[in-house]
Amino acid sequence: MSDIDAQLQQYLGRPCGPYNSWDEVNQAMIRHWCEAMGDTNPVYTDPALAEKSVHGGIVAPPTMMQAWTMRGATSQWATGSDTREPFEVFEFLESHGYPAVVAVNCEQTYYRYLRPGDRIHHTSRIEAVSPQKTTALGVGYFVTELEEYWDQSGEKIGDMRFRLFKYRAHERAGEPAVAAPAKPPKISRFRPAESYDTKFFWDGVRAGKLLVQRCKACGVLRHPPGPMCPSCQSLEWDTLESSGRGIVYSFVVMHHPPIPPFDYPNTVLLVELEEGTRLVTQLVDAKPGDVEIGTPVEVVFREVEEGYTLPLFRIRKES
Amino acid sequence: MSGSELKTRRFNDVQVGEEIPPFGIDITTRLIVSTAIASRDYQNVHHDKPGAQALGSPDIFMNILTTNGLVGRYITDWAGPEALLRSVKIKLGVPNYPGDHMELRGRVTACREEGTDHLADIEVAGKNGLGFHVTGTVTVALPSARTSA
Repeated sequence: MSDIDAQLQQYLGRPCGPYNSWDEVNQAMIRHWCEAMGDTNPVYTDPALAEKSVHGGIVAPPTMMQAWTMRGATSQWATGSDTREPFEVFEFLESHGYPAVVAVNCEQTYYRYLRPGDRIHHTSRIEAVSPQKTTALGVGYFVTELEEYWDQSGEKIGDMRFRLFKYRAHERAGEPAVAAPAKPPKISRFRPAESYDTKFFWDGVRAGKLLVQRCKACGVLRHPPGPMCPSCQSLEWDTLESSGRGIVYSFVVMHHPPIPPFDYPNTVLLVELEEGTRLVTQLVDAKPGDVEIGTPVEVVFREVEEGYTLPLFRIRKES
Repeated sequence: MSGSELKTRRFNDVQVGEEIPPFGIDITTRLIVSTAIASRDYQNVHHDKPGAQALGSPDIFMNILTTNGLVGRYITDWAGPEALLRSVKIKLGVPNYPGDHMELRGRVTACREEGTDHLADIEVAGKNGLGFHVTGTVTVALPSARTSA
């Protein structure tokens, strides 16, 4: 464990708070919230309907929990609050060269609905700090804060786990190291590496042919391509043009995580060709539910990006 | 006034795998600023474009409390006013900038009983022009049987 990792541990579990609310739970702030969010649920704003409801009167939207103890425009905590910063660990990380921050997760649990007149405060502690991590954004630490929300009688009304990444952005020429949520560049498909052994396959695809490697000595077909026959160890080979017809030998449907540039759900096929070899490819012109093991398919050559053609497969109508 | 204004889905009427109708919302400067202020979040990245740009952001962007608020609203709009939000657990992705449009989608992943609560877990995802702004799970308690209105 590095020095900094060890020092970070001293920030764990240290309770901070209370952080009080400027105002008790009230109808005016609830109405402003609902108006801005476009939330027309009558239990929040219509006293007559709210009274008939399970709540028996106006309640606040649970997702508004945090708003009650926010500091507001002056950045001052409400009277009687702890004056310490709950995120002292951030000052420590900033002084060690991790200036940027991005929120990663926010998990709120609600134990009861708040009513006008409730007086809320919250307490805070740092629950976890990760070892140093490298992400697409930079190098830094994941920090998890637990905020617990309490009412005037000391009953817990909810809590929130808030996870942030405090980091130093990867160096980029001429750019300051701050959090910069820039538009990601357009992501294109991986291009295959064409070697002495595989070039014939891609040359074939560009010519609209699906070629399979064949051992000149024993005639056994093989795919993916390789320099030596796995059955007789001959290095001599030529190719056979496939009919392009086959069946679905197996398949998976990718849902999550959606990785660009593919469309999701993405049906990935293992096709067994009539000639007997198998290849991994993508299903086109059909929905995932349209295929099953054994479904007849046929090759179709698609230019998926400018200058880049792939042998993809569609469902074959039996003729 | 009739009980129909409080009409809420019953636990028995909800199925695992049920898709919740998508809900689209235009991300406007007005939405970002009014929700930031209604949630008492005065960080300049939520109302001050030059201030946001000085910090490396192309524009102002929606705050997290609002993402929570919209996800909660999406679920109670579908379930009805007497559905009770028990938790909103989200993972944050790309920002919501003005001029974009976000579509929220949801799917019921579990129906379960816990104590006296009849709970539905709903997987939620909100996608804008840049990708997923939010993904997560909302748990909501539903009335267990038809009650006299």
